[in-house]
Amino acid sequence: MSLTCRTFFHGRPMTFPRLPTIILTDLLLLYGVTLMYSQDEVAFALLLLVLATFGSWLLISKKHDNLRLAFPCLTLIATFTILPLIYTTNIAFTNYSADHRLSYERARAELLTQSWHPDGEHYKFKLFREGPGLRLMLIDNTSSEEHLLTGPIIVRDDTNAQQTVPASISIHRPVGAELPPDDINKNSTVLANLVILLPDGTELSMINPNSFATKARLYQADEDRPYPDPSLALTDKRTGEILDADMAAGYFTRKHSTEPVAPGFITYIGWDNFRRIFTEPTIHNPLLKNCVWSVTFAAISVALTLTIGLLLAVLLQWPPLRGNNIYRCLLILPYAIPVFVAALMFRGLFGQNSGEINPLFGSESLWFTNALLAKIMVIMVNTWLGYPYIMILCTGLLTDIADDLYEASALDGASPLQNLMYITIPIIIKPLAPALIASFAFNFNNLLLIAMLTDGAPHIPDSPVGATDVVAGFAYQTAFVSQDYGLAAAVAALTFLLMSAVAQAYLLATKRLQ
Amino acid sequence: MAMVQPGNLQRRVWAARVAMWLFLLITLSPLVVLVLASLESGNTVTGSLIPRHFSLGHWYLALGIPWTEADGSITPPPFPLLTWLWNSIKVAIISSAVIVMFTTIGAYACARRRFHGQRVLLAIMIILPMFPPVLALTGIHSLFDQLGHYLAWLGVDSLWSLTLAHLGGAILPFWLLKGYLTTIDSAPEEAAIIAGATTWQVLRYILLPSFAPILMTAFTLAFIASMTEFPVASVLLHSTDKLTLPVGLRHYLRPEHFLWQDFAAAAILCGLPITVVFLIGQRWLVSGQNVFRVRD
Repeated sequence: MSLTCRTFFHGRPMTFPRLPTIILTDLLLLYGVTLMYSQDEVAFALLLLVLATFGSWLLISKKHDNLRLAFPCLTLIATFTILPLIYTTNIAFTNYSADHRLSYERARAELLTQSWHPDGEHYKFKLFREGPGLRLMLIDNTSSEEHLLTGPIIVRDDTNAQQTVPASISIHRPVGAELPPDDINKNSTVLANLVILLPDGTELSMINPNSFATKARLYQADEDRPYPDPSLALTDKRTGEILDADMAAGYFTRKHSTEPVAPGFITYIGWDNFRRIFTEPTIHNPLLKNCVWSVTFAAISVALTLTIGLLLAVLLQWPPLRGNNIYRCLLILPYAIPVFVAALMFRGLFGQNSGEINPLFGSESLWFTNALLAKIMVIMVNTWLGYPYIMILCTGLLTDIADDLYEASALDGASPLQNLMYITIPIIIKPLAPALIASFAFNFNNLLLIAMLTDGAPHIPDSPVGATDVVAGFAYQTAFVSQDYGLAAAVAALTFLLMSAVAQAYLLATKRLQ
Repeated sequence: MAMVQPGNLQRRVWAARVAMWLFLLITLSPLVVLVLASLESGNTVTGSLIPRHFSLGHWYLALGIPWTEADGSITPPPFPLLTWLWNSIKVAIISSAVIVMFTTIGAYACARRRFHGQRVLLAIMIILPMFPPVLALTGIHSLFDQLGHYLAWLGVDSLWSLTLAHLGGAILPFWLLKGYLTTIDSAPEEAAIIAGATTWQVLRYILLPSFAPILMTAFTLAFIASMTEFPVASVLLHSTDKLTLPVGLRHYLRPEHFLWQDFAAAAILCGLPITVVFLIGQRWLVSGQNVFRVRD
């Protein structure tokens, strides 16, 4: 049997070193998990660990052949489709925003790198050429012969890179030529990013265009309290004050003061973002407008595309109309043009200044300033974009209807309208229902069309959004213009709930087909 | 042809024809206007449909070639359009190839094999398109922002990040392939399995030869979805030379900087290939979007 199989398939049976490969991959993945965990990315470490464990178990186990086959695809979908959704919901419960961009650990590390110049010695300096680079001579206030001479300083293209050079005490002048003040200005970014390490270990950095001074860390970690105790404090070395992490507010604050010390960090704030949506009128007024508009827009779009698409499909099915295929090709054209090209095209045609369509309607560019007209325009354009899809679907469904139904109705003297209302629509509406629900859901979140066509215009005063923005647009503007990611994620999470209801309807509609 | 015909057939046919022509006139005229606008010199909206001053300048600029006006002044291309097109193509090809590889095997497993939890998994996959990436933008942005701290080439403003993010478009190709698999006869595969073939051999020697057209279609579906994707790309990409087509093309028509004729040439140049690919694949694509009907 196995011999016939080999000759039949012209190949050797698979001799794949399975176990060594699994072990090697797992070791690599475990290294990644450790790396992530050490960087405090616990969520990612856990996810990778679960996926790796589950995958290895599937591959090694003698059973579960079928699930093993599906595993890579399921992992792909879980990682790139489902994970972002879950992660967004997670952000909805945090204060992630412009002032709170970093994790607690990063914010703390950032504070620990901040430095200041305590009162101490100031050094005037002279700049010398040293081959392709530079060299500094630092002179302190005492009048002794001795001065400090730095090692060579490299001038890179990337002048913003920080550079540390050692310095030593010397009585000789450097060999290179001394450079005039102009060159000091030219190299100011190099000098500003320079840290000079003195023999006794202190660090110097530039404090003004003519001098360097001792540089010290501004904050000191309290070594006695073990990391990562959230009460772990920092000491401000200027004043000796203690800084505590306020885990509820997402800021480090000084004792006896509520004034936050930037940068803030990301922290969980419970349902606060959702509470804000429902209590702050500046948020829920525009959001409610956008929500009503999204539903209206999606519903009218579906209704219009269905009407036009169905009528055209019926017309195309009618044998006496010659040239059906040419009509069909031309009618499909709007669907084939990418939405971003078509929507931008209409933006130009309706023109903010004086588009090509305006002379036809006699209205002077009100399309983008009057909310009602803007909405009508968006719906018209979306109908233009969407009717071919419904038309194609209906054409497919109409071919399934038996001709003798129409024969019978013709014998009874039915009009075309009666045929449509009493034969065609009742038969195709059921198989069409899932597509219509999907189309509704798609248009509800049709950010692409709005972004390309109106950009939300006209603008709603005192809000980040416009009258034609859909809910997804509200989330987009809140996150990437107002930089309030937490609030935007909360809006998205509420949309998930709404979409779950639509998805339920969709599942029901598909089930009814079977 | 129906046997019973109404008496006034001719009148009805003509009424239908006229209605169809009128509809096509309204529907297709914007496209004609766009083509004509790309041939008009200058960048102001003239209000007239027929170009008064014929010029190929906008096409030169769209192709990235500086255009010399009649008076000798040289106009440089306003945007690196071909770079954007190339960026889009790179991202789309890599992400679609990966998607097709993974979903082919996944679709085969879900269509031909039974495993624990399959019904639930498929139900989840049916409703997942209701939760598009546009709702997960904050999550996607934050994920790549954090990844970028460790791997700079996978951070924000990297085409690799966008490629990874576009792997989220695997659902529709999956359903297309699974829908196709459930409609074709599984007898040859079963025969091969009885003859002792491994899964790999079944996929490689039995399925793949007849599978090639539908794989190309799945690839096209994923490719077009990636080429035309806007929200995620606009969130992840910032620098001018890294933009993709949908994000970049928007810069032509900003209220303060309205390059209508330049846009027309650019839009036709970049939109046409996508349109042609779509028209070739649409027969299959549509049946692919219909797959929910043919589930077993």
